[in-house]
Amino acid sequence: MTYSGFRVIKEGLFGQSGWKPVWRDPDPKPEYDALIIGGGGHGLATAYYLAKEHGLTNIAVLEKGYIGGGNVGRNTTIVRANYFLPGNSEFYSHSLKLWEGMEQELNYNVMHSQRGLINLFHSDGQRDAFARRGNAMINQGDDAILLDTGGVRKILPYLDFDNARFPIYGGLYHPRGGTARHDAVAWGYARGADQRGVDIIQNCEVTGIDIEGGVVKGVQTTRGAIKAKKVGIVVAGRSGQVAEMAGMRLPIESHVLQAFVTEGLKPVIDHVVSFGMGHFYISQSDKGGLVFGGDLDFYSSYAARGNLPMKEHVMEAAMTLMPMIGKAKVLRSWGGIMDMTPDGSPIIDKTLTDGLFIDCGWCYGGFKAVPGSGFSFAHLMATGQHHAPAAGFRLDRFRDGVGLMDEEGTGSQHNLH
Amino acid sequence: MRITCPNCGERDRREFYYQGDAVALARPASDAGPQAWDDYLHNRENPAGDTQDLWFHEAGCGAWIVVSRNTVTHAIDSTTLAATVKR
Amino acid sequence: MRLQEPEDTVSFTFDGQSIRGVPGEPVAAALMAAGVKLVARSFKYHRPRGIMSAGSEEQNALVTVGRGAQAEPNVRATVLEVSAGLEVFSQNAWPSLKYDVMAVNDLMAPFLGAGFYYKTFMWPKAFWEKLYEPIIRRAAGLGGLSGQPNADRYEKAFAFCDVLIIGGGPAGLMAALTAGRAGADIILADEDTAMGGRLLREVEDIDGQPAADWVEEALVELRALPNVRLMTRTTVTGAYDQGTYGALERIAGPRHIDKPLECFWRVVAKRAILSAGALERPIAFPDNDRPGVMMASAVRSYVNRWGVAPGKTVAVFGNNDDAHRTAHDLAAAGITVAALIDSRPDIQAEGDFEVLSNATVTATKGRHALEGITVTQDGEAREIPVDCLAISGGWNPTVHLTCHMNGRPTWREDIASFVPTPDSIPGMVTAGACNGAFTTAACLKEGAEAAADVARGLGLKPKVTVPAADERAYKIAPLWAMPGKGRKWIDFQNDVHVKDINLAAQENFRSVEHMKRYTTQGMAPDQGKSSNVVALAVLADATGRGIPETGTTTFRPPFVPVSIAAMGAGSQGKGFAPERLTTSHHASVARGAPMIEAGLWYRPSYFPQQGETYWRQSCDREVGYVRNAVGVCDVSTLGKIDIQGPDAAALLDFVYVNMFSTLKQGRVRYGLMLREDGHVMDDGTTARLGPEHFVMTTTTAAAGQVMRHLEFALQVLRPDLDARIASVTEQWAQFAVAGPRSRALLNAVLDARLTDADWPFMACGDVAVAGVAGRLFRISFSGEHAYELAVPARYGASLFRLLTAQAETLGGGAYGMEALNVLRIEKGFITHAEIHGRVTAFDIGMDRMISRKKDCIGQTAAARSGLMSEEREQLVGLKPVGAVKQLTAGAYLFEPGAAAERINSQGYTTSEAYSPTLKTGLALGFLKRGRARHGEVIRMVDHLREIEAKVEVCDPVFFDPDGGRARG
Repeated sequence: MTYSGFRVIKEGLFGQSGWKPVWRDPDPKPEYDALIIGGGGHGLATAYYLAKEHGLTNIAVLEKGYIGGGNVGRNTTIVRANYFLPGNSEFYSHSLKLWEGMEQELNYNVMHSQRGLINLFHSDGQRDAFARRGNAMINQGDDAILLDTGGVRKILPYLDFDNARFPIYGGLYHPRGGTARHDAVAWGYARGADQRGVDIIQNCEVTGIDIEGGVVKGVQTTRGAIKAKKVGIVVAGRSGQVAEMAGMRLPIESHVLQAFVTEGLKPVIDHVVSFGMGHFYISQSDKGGLVFGGDLDFYSSYAARGNLPMKEHVMEAAMTLMPMIGKAKVLRSWGGIMDMTPDGSPIIDKTLTDGLFIDCGWCYGGFKAVPGSGFSFAHLMATGQHHAPAAGFRLDRFRDGVGLMDEEGTGSQHNLH
Repeated sequence: MRITCPNCGERDRREFYYQGDAVALARPASDAGPQAWDDYLHNRENPAGDTQDLWFHEAGCGAWIVVSRNTVTHAIDSTTLAATVKR
Repeated sequence: MRLQEPEDTVSFTFDGQSIRGVPGEPVAAALMAAGVKLVARSFKYHRPRGIMSAGSEEQNALVTVGRGAQAEPNVRATVLEVSAGLEVFSQNAWPSLKYDVMAVNDLMAPFLGAGFYYKTFMWPKAFWEKLYEPIIRRAAGLGGLSGQPNADRYEKAFAFCDVLIIGGGPAGLMAALTAGRAGADIILADEDTAMGGRLLREVEDIDGQPAADWVEEALVELRALPNVRLMTRTTVTGAYDQGTYGALERIAGPRHIDKPLECFWRVVAKRAILSAGALERPIAFPDNDRPGVMMASAVRSYVNRWGVAPGKTVAVFGNNDDAHRTAHDLAAAGITVAALIDSRPDIQAEGDFEVLSNATVTATKGRHALEGITVTQDGEAREIPVDCLAISGGWNPTVHLTCHMNGRPTWREDIASFVPTPDSIPGMVTAGACNGAFTTAACLKEGAEAAADVARGLGLKPKVTVPAADERAYKIAPLWAMPGKGRKWIDFQNDVHVKDINLAAQENFRSVEHMKRYTTQGMAPDQGKSSNVVALAVLADATGRGIPETGTTTFRPPFVPVSIAAMGAGSQGKGFAPERLTTSHHASVARGAPMIEAGLWYRPSYFPQQGETYWRQSCDREVGYVRNAVGVCDVSTLGKIDIQGPDAAALLDFVYVNMFSTLKQGRVRYGLMLREDGHVMDDGTTARLGPEHFVMTTTTAAAGQVMRHLEFALQVLRPDLDARIASVTEQWAQFAVAGPRSRALLNAVLDARLTDADWPFMACGDVAVAGVAGRLFRISFSGEHAYELAVPARYGASLFRLLTAQAETLGGGAYGMEALNVLRIEKGFITHAEIHGRVTAFDIGMDRMISRKKDCIGQTAAARSGLMSEEREQLVGLKPVGAVKQLTAGAYLFEPGAAAERINSQGYTTSEAYSPTLKTGLALGFLKRGRARHGEVIRMVDHLREIEAKVEVCDPVFFDPDGGRARG
């Protein structure tokens, strides 16, 4: 079924009775060519690109709960390509290009809105660091503009330019950065994969990974054993538990990152704004809610909820930066479980088990990576070769120190990225 | 979140700095080999359940504390001064 | 219409219309008394909406209060208190509430079903940002922010108690009496303006007296107990770990600029009792959202508590006995009850009104106000003209707080509701209606017993006495949604109706989370408080499952919306972070120095003199002071750590790559510190003041990190070492005195003269300035003959004046950060611009400093192949050699013929300065194999600043490479 404005009108006239399930709910088959463990954004995108780019359609996505219930369903929806270290630059650049064609490709409106992202800086040193970032973005072929205070004032007149504790020296403007409707991305990929024959199996928890002689044979699930020659683990937030089924220990510590949304308000913030000194970023959803967040709660956690100190810190940052949002009221706060790695960059790699692949460690940057990660992981699973833009995301980089991608420069302490 | 500092008593979480897994207590010898150092610096059990981690009472007495804690419920079982942990 | 004429009224305005109200009553009551029915427009279809509830759960009557910077959108008219001169405005309507253009959406409704926007607006691609999204954004949203900075006061506070009792209804009051009499330290918080909960609206007796009198007696007793704090207007918003709760207090009285509007409380409680009551839920029938359709209990509130009639002719529609109370109370107040409509068969109700059993409301009419309803009984429909319909679909216990730690409520079939699952929040028990105990007698009993349990747990000896009270059982037959056509609203705020949920199920959004996210059910300002259970029931029906299997979405904090200004109170303007000032701060400001942030510190950028119009003029002059005469600079912001003990030297050997145990007393050494992962953490100098006494300096930026790191090394890694450390950054004021005449200056101020023999380069020791004991270090961050002089901080201000005055007599003066930066770049000294967390000792050419005679933090990891690779970018100096002389920091380096693209990048620049000494621009940067490329000419490209320069690679030490000036 193709979606279109015409179709919406037609169905409106006929009581919406013609809409079909967006994806089927098949029972698992005993065997597939490949299995994806994890029906989040990355897993669904992987399945979609395996089917579309590599013709692998006898595959299944195994999801222990409902699809899109992990971080793709609980993030702050920011899409950007503003990394500066080799390995990250090319990957996020590729991912952003996939975003730019996603809606037409999937025939699903994920409301990808390239409204522009501005990273504010507050000292000469920060300006130079952001200049390096912006120059790296342009080296990569992406877009960046260095704004001085006046330039920021023109775009974001509502910031506190006169009184803030950390004055605004300027900003790095990334016009192609923006937001998207997060849940829709999962649903769009699910629909696209389903249309190509992929079985999306919900309420199917993987309880074991079958390995014989160093070769993966399939998985055990709450809905029975399923055989497959290739298995991909894409379970951000549970990476350690699933990897353990294959005897692996990962360079990951799980942390909680909180996010917040206010009541619906008339349009007031037209961009994505990020406040470096205060670890605060904000955008306004199309529904009108201000969506914002800050830093990790900093203690390892699987609770998907946080505590007051970071909530207050985030609100304090909001009040010093843009005191005009003081009377917006927070409606809901939630937490996501972040796979924090020792350099703040992800992992897309083979494992020591033949046929077993892993995609994890997205820290708190996984949402914008959904298409790129799916594309590159599908490439790796299908061909056995690393996809060039993601070739740096190796597991062994930590042991050898080769190709570390520590954008924050904070070192191997997981929670500092 | 409240944490009991063995020196100061129960204090708000905002007085403490979090470092990570208490694996840090068991620093390998410099010749222990790449795998031992990789495990020390990077690889983590990362349990969904009981864990031990290191906190620093930065806005208090300056003690490094081993906290036995549950990562799912956030319940805190016990706290010990890192300097007194047998190793 | 008011049932009795009030004594004191004030006037306020609603959309400019003057309204009389009683101070303190909800604006909703005053609007109702004035006959205002249409109060708001709905979110999506812009349907006319009125007042629905009498509490914070209000779905429809959201208004904007005040104007200008004080305008506050999305305030519940049911909570907002009347005060004189209050200005209230409707929102989400244009040009007026009555004639709202966007109401066209209601006509378009057939095409705007759940999730329609995922299926269209995709062509052409560029139209999303340009056309579709702006239209959608403008149509969406409820109220608007003023766009002006917050001009009101907000506060935050901490509170501690033995027992936090959440909700002051019958259960909460009884709990407070029981635990309070036993001596527990109690906070009783209730979000209403008065304690009493539903006893404030119900007509019933407790202990043989009217419930309201019993409440008053209880309050008199509680107020007299010193261990009880009563907090009205205080909503407990969230439950967090280890007994921490968030609570929002609305400050009583008119909104004044000279007192806070709200206070956000962080309450730490040993135990908590949740007695938050229950919320009545609506029934989904066609057009159930007309202004005049209200919750049955809310009607009782307005009639019994506020003395206001919500209509002249009222019908009551419910599926439970509780709804009958409304009919009785209305009749008792002299309001015409058109009918009591009960969906259950064979209902007996006594009263002077018609009782329709086995009957339901199947339609309503009226646009801006309810005009009539259609009642269907035994297949027969009949119209009844009414101007108000009171509805009750039963009660949902207020379980929200028990879900804040991922607890899931439990379904109870007998009351067709979810109740809290015990122990969902450690330390919290639940009592009363929020626990599913709906009679007043049960509430009192549960409140008393819960409090007694809690008190016993605290080691107290409570007594339980429960007064006699109403025991009318609550009988209900579930009724969720009427069959048939028409839109039957479930989530009034987000305009979600039954069909939307059915469509979600049809499209396989069958998981309750998918249904929520697809339809936006429960995502509006009330977060589905009233509507979620109805929606679940409809979804369960559509998917052929029971409600328990369908499950629930998660209630998350806050329980009611909390303003950012309240939770972020104190931070607006400068309050966000502490301001650290050096002892020379005021003198620097007095000299006109622009003060710039350095972490939390402020430092002078430069000291302008008359006639200087541009910072570079001042900077160049100050550089000249140091190179040619003497300059004075406050360096107190650098971290200073005092290290003492028999193993102090061993500790330093462990944290620095180079040896410190060999450092002689009275000498200073430069030290490089790595993180355990082998990258550079910080650098600085450490002086040995005694055999077991060192003082370390860190960079300003890393002072806290290094302190933590040393404690970590000492307590976690090497508890065997007998050493102690203390930060003394604040205790010492320290000034660099730098330049060829620095010794001359010091000899003019120190009590004893310095000689080169006693004070060679890198010497340190005690000195005295005008009798004040200080410390002197002969170290240099400028490459000149230089010292740093430290005195106890209380003498800093006068020492700075003394030093600068002396410097001026010697042809020098104070210098600031700009000059300091130029001086260090000329010498190739690194700062955190270079040691940015990704560089190794190898990268900065200091790998040979790593002593192989000992283990130190970071040594093993630094030997990883990737950290020693010859291909790594190494620190170099860069000088312009082409036409473009301007260098920039943050630019990239390329081979002369290569395109400026990522794959060709050879490195980047980190710092730049114009050197007045060398009369050229200079930059530091990192270049692949840089140390082997001195003399090569390459390109520096800064796309952002549109600068491209030819640069020669050179040693990073541009000036005085053999260091003779510092030693001389």
